[in-house]
Amino acid sequence: MQKITRAELAAELAGGLPAGAVLAQPEQIAPFECDGLAVYRQTPLLVVLPESVDDVRHVLQVCSRHAVPVVTRGAGTGLSGGALPDKDGVLLVMTKFNRILDIDEDNRLARVQPGVRNLAISDAVRPYGLYYAPDPSSQIACSIGGNVAENAGGVHCLKYGLTVHNVREVTVVTIDGEVLTIGSAAYDSPGYDLLALMNGSEGMLGVIVEVLVSLQPIPETTRTLLAAFNNVEAASDAVAAIISEGVTPAGLEMMDNPAIRAAEDFVHAGYPVDAAALLICEMDGLSDDVEAEIRLTEGLLKRAGATDIRTARDDAERALFWAGRKSAFPAVGRMSPDYYCMDGTIPRKHLAAVLKTMETLSEESGLRIANVFHAGDGNLHPLILFDANVPGELEKAEQLGSKILQTCVELGGTVTGEHGVGMEKLTPMCVQFNAGELTQFHDLKAAFDEHGLLNPGKAVPSLHRCAEFGAMHVHDGQLPHPDLPRF
Amino acid sequence: MSDNTQPIRDIVASVLQAAADKQTLTIRGGGTQQFHTGLVHESTALRLDRYTGIISYEPSELVITVRAGTPLRSVESMLASRGQQFAFEPPRFGPNATIGGMVATGLSGPRRSFSLALRDAVLGIKIINGKGEVLSFGGEVIKNVAGYDVSRLFCGSYGTLGVILEVSLRVMPRPPVELTVVRETRTADACQAIQSVRQQVPNLSGLAYDSGRLYCRLAGSEASVAKSVALLGGEVSEQAAGFWRQLKDQELPFFREPGPLWRVSVPPAAPQGNFGARFVYDWGGGLRWIKTDATAEQVRAGTGQLGGSAVLFRSEESRLLDVSASLSAPAIALHRRLKSAFDPMGVFNPGLLFPAGQHHAD
Repeated sequence: MQKITRAELAAELAGGLPAGAVLAQPEQIAPFECDGLAVYRQTPLLVVLPESVDDVRHVLQVCSRHAVPVVTRGAGTGLSGGALPDKDGVLLVMTKFNRILDIDEDNRLARVQPGVRNLAISDAVRPYGLYYAPDPSSQIACSIGGNVAENAGGVHCLKYGLTVHNVREVTVVTIDGEVLTIGSAAYDSPGYDLLALMNGSEGMLGVIVEVLVSLQPIPETTRTLLAAFNNVEAASDAVAAIISEGVTPAGLEMMDNPAIRAAEDFVHAGYPVDAAALLICEMDGLSDDVEAEIRLTEGLLKRAGATDIRTARDDAERALFWAGRKSAFPAVGRMSPDYYCMDGTIPRKHLAAVLKTMETLSEESGLRIANVFHAGDGNLHPLILFDANVPGELEKAEQLGSKILQTCVELGGTVTGEHGVGMEKLTPMCVQFNAGELTQFHDLKAAFDEHGLLNPGKAVPSLHRCAEFGAMHVHDGQLPHPDLPRF
Repeated sequence: MSDNTQPIRDIVASVLQAAADKQTLTIRGGGTQQFHTGLVHESTALRLDRYTGIISYEPSELVITVRAGTPLRSVESMLASRGQQFAFEPPRFGPNATIGGMVATGLSGPRRSFSLALRDAVLGIKIINGKGEVLSFGGEVIKNVAGYDVSRLFCGSYGTLGVILEVSLRVMPRPPVELTVVRETRTADACQAIQSVRQQVPNLSGLAYDSGRLYCRLAGSEASVAKSVALLGGEVSEQAAGFWRQLKDQELPFFREPGPLWRVSVPPAAPQGNFGARFVYDWGGGLRWIKTDATAEQVRAGTGQLGGSAVLFRSEESRLLDVSASLSAPAIALHRRLKSAFDPMGVFNPGLLFPAGQHHAD
């Protein structure tokens, strides 16, 4: 097949789309060259802004016909380069799908277009006493379509789950231009759980054009505790004790000393700057239940050796407790020209051990690390501080990062808890999965997208890449495909 | 925590042998769910009931990892001894029900609509695919977005994609207090009554209707439960624990009456529908077990109008569970391609869930 030229493709796409939907000028395309992970940049062949499901179908049919790759982008806030454009492909930007279509108060559901911002859903349903629970830190800007594609998390996951637990139905357009409704307004639907598969599929399986989310009643009461510890082991033990006692906090966050200092300098939250670790523990629900949990938790924190325990007196103080945690990334950004954010997850019991390992790795590499975690669910966000202008420091930071992720995998965790693999974590994926598992992922994708046109090269590394990296994880000394060429 | 278990290589050998001989396998745990799945004829049973044992369980991690053949009852009593439980309250259709069968059918009990579904609690899985490869997906952590969510894809896949070997599941603390209030309610008012309790009472852990009675289960601290009891009125039932068990395990008299049994899943606030039916409601109205003289087409069309779907769960005729009538043609084609991606030779449970398509060898 003769390869279609850029101008021909632009004309064929524009033929079935509203005026102005196809962007081809360099100055129009430039703002789309990266997502929230700005170290990777690439200009796409064309940018398309569809306005309707039929527009999306048209784009996918044209691209399918000419074997042109398609990368879908929501708000562009992703942290793993999942929406990095393909140089030979179309970047499908879903921002015009920004309407809330229906609010079903009785069933606690909201039907929205994928470009609707996460926080806009909660704002719209607040008059009904409801909200949308998953709250990624970018919730003011990130869109629900991207949340589904990444299975986004947030600080309240331990109690309320990830995106996958809060989405009831999605409508997707397949690479062939077919419209599929997956799930329903009911709690479950017959057949394979394709809904679970779409959550976290990173734009590899289909284009999401509509989402039905489930909503929660706004809790009657929310209370927040702050506890300081003079060593991280004690703080880790406190986390285990709270969970063991049957308390499920709405949020349970930990910060280490460098992160505490950075945050305190930045927002003056009143954090104890000499503490080795700080826990923020939030309970929500019915007042009676929350009071009982707060009393129990205060006792547990004391017994675990907390040196200072404070309960927020009012919403203003509660907001202040959170302000430090929520601004940890920009706060750390002030300490260093650049930082590299990791997203590994470990079984909680290894928290203290992982922190020790990181301390050693940090000393070896000469790069500082500040740590913030979603301690309740074992999701770590070490921030590696470096200066990209110093030759070799970026590479050093990346090496340190992969060692940390390798440790997470060795301890039974994962290389990404909530940010996704995208472009960024392809190599660490070679450590977590063996060739058979990666092949199974590729076969699964091919069931949706036979020719690999949707977001090519993302989310799952090729066996070739892993072999080259030399990290192919080998089980029992045997690769499942010993006949495959290795380079 | 016995390690005196069947070696995986024996199970793999059975799969490879079947694939080489172009034979099919019916994966079997405790055999307690055949009444609703049906039995694949001319297929060899691949038994998992000797692949047993709890691999790891630490209550403070809220995760348990179990081999597929382990009896569900022994796992649930282990959890109960540590004050924990499966939040999805899985049905047990017989004493031999296994963890593998529980995940393969993916069914959740009364607590589902107020907490987690089974699939929500599955964190990781180890499987054998149709090529005899032992593969692991997910893990033991709550947050994990590395790779496609194969663990949850296997929930409710009825063994058509591969053999489930091991599963890691999230567990939850049991509530400090849990009790049930029963209110007499006329059949005609069931939907309305359920809806009003759902709106009024914030700490439900079960809401069901059977034979003139509305069962409202409350969970939380002593004080918050007491408040809801006062709000609801009605009587606190001492026998209610038995009711919830009989509901999830389908032992209520309703389930024993003759006639085909439909499993209808609808948005909880949906109206009663017009099937001239007898029914039991679970999940605060979201799950409806129905016995009716209406035709299959009428039941499906009727539930479709309510925004949900209906599956024939139990009938006197011998048949295989088939959900394809609820799927669009492109969806069925996608199901077949997915099955081929995991089981290219069509070794596992052929014809279950949807009629077998063309198999193309790898």
